[in-house]
Order: sequence, then structure tokens, then C-alpha cells
Amino acid sequence: MAKSQIEKKELKNSSKIGVYVCHCGTNIAGSVDIKEIVNFSKNLQNVKIVREHMYLCSEQGQNIIKDDIAKEGIDRIVAACCSPRTHEEIFRKTLNSTNLNKYLYEQVNIRDQCSWPHFKDKENSTKKAKQLVKSGIYRASELEPLEDRKLSVLKSALVIGGGISGINAALDLARGGYKVYIVEKNPSIGGKMAQLDKTFPTNDCSACILAPMMVEVSNTPNIELLTYSEIEDVLGHIGKYRVTVRKKQTFVDWKKCNGCGECSIVCPVKVDNEFNCNMDKRKAIYTQFEQAIPMRAVVDKDKCVKCKLCVKKCQLGAIDLTENEDEFLEFEVGSIIVTTGYDLFDPNIKPEYDYEHPNVITSLELERMMCASGPTKGEILRPSDGRKPQTLSFVQCVGSRDEKTNDYCSRICCTYSIKHARLLKEKYPDMDIYMHYIDLRCFGKGYEEYYRMAREKGIKFIRGRISQVDSIADRLEVSGDDDTLGEQISVIADLVVLAVAMESSKDAKKLANILNISTDKTGFFKEIHPKLKPVGTDSDGIFIAGACQGPKEIPDAISQGKAAASAAASLMSKGEIEIEPLFAQIMEDYCAKCRTCESLCTYKAIKYNEDNKMEVDIALCKGCGVCGASCPSGAIKSNHFTSKQIRMQIMALTEAII
Amino acid sequence: MDKFEPNIIGFVCNWCTYAGADLAGTSRYSYPTNIKLIRLMCSGRVDPEFILETFARGADGVFVGGCHIPSDCHYQQGNFKALKRITMLKKLIFEMGIEPERLEIFWISASEGKKFSEVMTSFTDKIRELGPNPIRE
Repeated sequence: MAKSQIEKKELKNSSKIGVYVCHCGTNIAGSVDIKEIVNFSKNLQNVKIVREHMYLCSEQGQNIIKDDIAKEGIDRIVAACCSPRTHEEIFRKTLNSTNLNKYLYEQVNIRDQCSWPHFKDKENSTKKAKQLVKSGIYRASELEPLEDRKLSVLKSALVIGGGISGINAALDLARGGYKVYIVEKNPSIGGKMAQLDKTFPTNDCSACILAPMMVEVSNTPNIELLTYSEIEDVLGHIGKYRVTVRKKQTFVDWKKCNGCGECSIVCPVKVDNEFNCNMDKRKAIYTQFEQAIPMRAVVDKDKCVKCKLCVKKCQLGAIDLTENEDEFLEFEVGSIIVTTGYDLFDPNIKPEYDYEHPNVITSLELERMMCASGPTKGEILRPSDGRKPQTLSFVQCVGSRDEKTNDYCSRICCTYSIKHARLLKEKYPDMDIYMHYIDLRCFGKGYEEYYRMAREKGIKFIRGRISQVDSIADRLEVSGDDDTLGEQISVIADLVVLAVAMESSKDAKKLANILNISTDKTGFFKEIHPKLKPVGTDSDGIFIAGACQGPKEIPDAISQGKAAASAAASLMSKGEIEIEPLFAQIMEDYCAKCRTCESLCTYKAIKYNEDNKMEVDIALCKGCGVCGASCPSGAIKSNHFTSKQIRMQIMALTEAII
Repeated sequence: MDKFEPNIIGFVCNWCTYAGADLAGTSRYSYPTNIKLIRLMCSGRVDPEFILETFARGADGVFVGGCHIPSDCHYQQGNFKALKRITMLKKLIFEMGIEPERLEIFWISASEGKKFSEVMTSFTDKIRELGPNPIRE
């Protein structure tokens, strides 16, 4: 056992450890006996000072640590407080301002992993906290000073998704002088907002806000717009990501095409128009919508019959149906912003609402009908017979706040349904409008007033969940509860509008795997911390914004897009960043050159070099430690997670605590 | 003599299971205090020797917590390497007279706080049933 000989398990006697126990108000002190932890720690080997503090992460708390380093000669810091995932950085920064290396710091998580989950059992929670603190102190004795890696950062960014959030992120970065690539899977940017008629709470037209931003995107030289494109692969690391984009075949030379639309007129193939929620038809060669940016035609590969009428019609000679291959583009960026938006809940999952009936529609379908450029040119007509409905029922929370589908609230449906109801009431004052809701959550600035005005206009709000929608002759019976009256009710309506939930995009998981970022249990991308790093992800240099992070309305999606742009800019502005030196090191004296590590390294970061030695390329190494765990000679040191350090923790946790 | 309370040690990755444990805490999902974690960057960092040493030093249960198979691993394939090692180690500890059930590998993501508390509770119950690590006797 060569390895055990290398790693002796006695505590180093040289270190002087300062232990700092945080109360975190009552968060920790409420279920862990702080005094007992302090007294226990005092008796451990190498511990020179033990202090407690109400809020250790405060400036005052950090200053105490600084003072002890300067005056007491403390050379290792152990803080027993919250999770290192959220607060380690703060403490390391404090150490950085002293002459103590910031990697000589160990954080013991006695809040998130002790006082909080064990809040009912103070005695055992205190006992566990002691063990965890001991584990931290033992590990601290073995910590080694490390120097950060410096990496250069490219001053360019990739924005994935050209919706309202991505557009704002891209514009902010481009205005700041950064090169920006926007990759959008549809032929045009604009996202879901482009499908909206009006937006709450101002009722101003969606296109009037969105279109100028889209035009600015196409007019900004710093922005390279890659629409009808998808992310194929992303390699590399913060500061230098190598991106491969699949540019789907459009069969139209966009350099020649001017978006005149003549090709669509002659095309004989009619296809369901996704942009209008399949309520009308488009052609097999088409531009996505009237304000599309770029205003260029694409051929729907699966639907085209290759009659070549479009080829003959196009005076610019832009169409070539023989070309069949997708194009692949490669470029490098310093940071990535993901703004891929959301999908809508499929109401067929709730058959009780009879979405198969033509007169049961979703809120987005209603939105398209209300839009002057929509399938009905702004008229509200029953799909079954094209007649104007007299009574209209809105059913709220379809796929939201529902244990059988999605637990969460989609946040926007209350206010957008109120918007629909108000606009309809203004246009058709004699229309009877009912809204069936569980709670009305009109939480934003000006939203409550917006709702109140809807009440004043005579819209009937009924509190209670709808259980069933049935067809009765040519009308629909909407049945459910009226919680206020405590009775069963039913409303006979001509048109039923389902306020469908916002769900994570169907491609989110695939993209998460490409980018190495996490999704949460609802499938939306997961931020590191809702308050500390609301747009940050597990992968440094990759940010998330807009509805891909969770349901949100347009103002919030824009704010997050701008927040992500600011986070990316502050990362790129210096052109260089420091990152944790968690890479592997070969201890040559022990290395037998068996090359096991070489075959196991996912990143090809370990190579057998010309000098017949194993060599770690620290630019490629991500510090996972797989090599360190598999070296038969124990010749690989995984920085900051060395075998010595881990075995000290094992020792601490297997010793009895008195 | 007091009722037997097992000592259980988990080697967990920073990105999934450690974060899942944090989420269990922030959501106040409780689980037994028997569980103590050692944070590593990746489940692939778990050297088989760590596990053998932990058992040799008397721990009653040991587990490795990583990101979901196949594709959630922050380092792409570390979770597979951990899985292979645990499969091998279960056979090895059986030969040494330690019940293989004392060693497990769990996939718990950063969003599965509830799952963390449930898995920890049932694992602790199982170890409690098995009784003390035979090596301690």
C-alpha cells in the first residue's frame, strides 16, 4: 500500500486554526447549541482561537477574522455557518485582502445541512454540528495555499434564443462594444412576444414595443444574427467557449432574398401556420410573420413538393431547391446567455376541459384572433361556425397550481386573461364575460389597478376551480365551484378560453446537457441562488434570463436579460479572470507511468509527453478528480480535494464525539 | 446500552447531491442526524480506498451521491466512474464480511431536496436494521 505510506494521518502541528461559529440570527442558533460548539472546538488540536458571531458574513464579522489573522497569527480559518456553495466566495475575498492565502479557508455547513433539516432535534443537531466542525478543522490542518489560474476572456458573447429577453441582453452587450452572436431556432427573432396583440398593464401594442428593438438588432453591426439555427455543441470553458451552430437549410440565399413574398404567393402547398397557432394556413415557402427580422423566406423541408414554381417566380434567383445540406458554423465566445423561453401547457392533458372541441381555445389562440394581423383579422369568432360569441368563459390555472400537472403558479395568466377580458369588453360591450379563478395574482406594478378596472367594466369574476367543460347543443357548459357562494355553478358559454400554463421548453434538457447547466424539478433552468446569483448557472460564464428560468412576464424577462448582459459584461470587461486552481497535479516521484489517468480523463487533459512524463494541461483540466481517484500509485494530487484532506475528514467523522 | 444509532457518511458531489442536501435544508425537509457529508467536486473523485477506510474506521453505512445517470454529470462521465467503483466495492466488502447493503450510490440532483430527505431517511432505517458495522465488534 504505497499510498498509505505517503499519506500519514497525523494532524499537522504547525497550523494555528481560527474557528468562527455563526449564529445566523436564529437560523443556526435556534437549533444548534452554539456555546457547546465553541467549547468543543477549543479542545481540538491546532485550534488557537474560537469565536462566535451573530452574522459572520457581515462586515463586522469579516473584520474579526481579518484582525485575528493580523494580530493572532492565525494561519487557517474554519467558519461554521451556511453553505460554501453560496458564501465561500465572501470569505475567500476577505482572506484575499489579508496576507493569508484564500485557499486556507474551510467552510462547515451547519445551517443548510444541520440546523435547518434537523430543526426539531436540538440535541442531535448539536452533536452532528460538532462532528461537522471537527471534520472541517481536521481538513483545515491539511489545506495548502494555492494560486488562482488566470484565464484570458474573449470579448464576445453568444445569446441563445432571440425572444424579448435575449434581444435585450444582446442589445445591451452590443451597445457596450462586445461582439454578440444571437442563435434563434425560428426563421425570425421576436419569440413569443411577437405573437401577442397587446401587453398589460398599459394595453399598448406588442409589436410597437418589440419591432423597434428587433430592427435595432438587425442594424447593429456588432450583432451577428443566426436565425433558423440551433446549437449543436459547446466546448471549452469560461472565457473561451467554442460553439458549433447548425444553420438549417433554408433553400433560399438570404443574401439575395429581399423578403418580397412573391414565392409564397405562387407556392401551391398549404401548411398549418404555427405562428397563428395552426388556425390558418401558410405556404411551404414562407416568411414567419409580417414584421419578421430578418425578413427572409425559408422552405419548409418536410412539406415542399419541389414543384419549383417559386424558383421560377423569384426574380432575384435566390431559391435553390437542390441544395440539401445543413451548414455548420464555428466561432468562439467569452460568455453565453441562455434565453430560450418557454412552451405552453398542452391542454389535452386535462381532457375534462374538452380542448378537442373547436370552441375551447387557449389564451394564445385568443391572442392571435385579437391581433389585426391574425387569422381572423382581429375579430373574435367561434371556430365552429364563425359566429361572434355572446358569452365567453375564461378558465384559469390550466396546468398551473395543480398537483396533477404543475405545482407552480405561471404568474402571468391572471393578468393576461384580465387583459383579454378588458379588451373584449371594450370592443363588444354587450358580451358576457366570466372569469373562473382560484386566486387572482395581479402582483406587479399597476396590475391591481388594472384588475379593478376590469371589475368596473362588468366582467364577472367567480372564485372556484372548474371541473368540467361539456358541449350542449352548439354551446358549452362550464361547471365547477363558486367558493364565495359555496355552491356548484354552471355557465353556458359560446367560447371557452383556457389560461394555459407556462412550461419549460421541450429542448431545455438537451441544451442543459450541452452547456453543462442544471434544470430544476419543473424543467426550467436553475439559477445558482435566487438572490445571490439570480442569473448565474453551475457553469461559470453561462447565464440564464427570461422565461427559460421560470414563468415570468415581459418586464421581468427584459430585466433579467439586462441583468445577464451586465453579468456577462462585468466578466468580459477586464479581458482576464481568475479561476479556482482545482486542477490535478502529477507527483512525479510516485508516478509509474501506467497511463491509467490518461485513458480516464474526459477532457484529454493528461498526456504522456515527449520527456516520457505524464503532464496535466491545466487549461483543459476541470478538476473533477477522476484521475486522482484511480491512480494506483497515489501519484495524482487533486488540488483542494487531496486524498490527505479527505482522509482527515473521514477520520474526524468516524471518531466518537463525547 | 443506548439504542443503536448508525454513523453514516456520504461522499457527495458539489453540483448535484451536495446542492440537493442544501435544498433539503432550505426547504426544511428533515432527515436523520446520522447523515454526515463530505463534499467533493465530483462523485468520480471517490477513491475506492476512501470507502474502505471509512468502513475500516467503523462507519455503519457509506454512500456516494452524484448527478443523475446518464447525462447530468457536471464533468460528463464522473458519475459512471463512481457507479463502476461502487459496483465493484459492493462485491469486495461482501468478501470482507461487510453487508453490501451498507454501501449505496444515489443519484440526487440539485433540485431534489425532498428526494434527498426521503432517501436519507430510508437508508438510515436500513442501516439501523442491519445493526453496527461487523468490523467494530
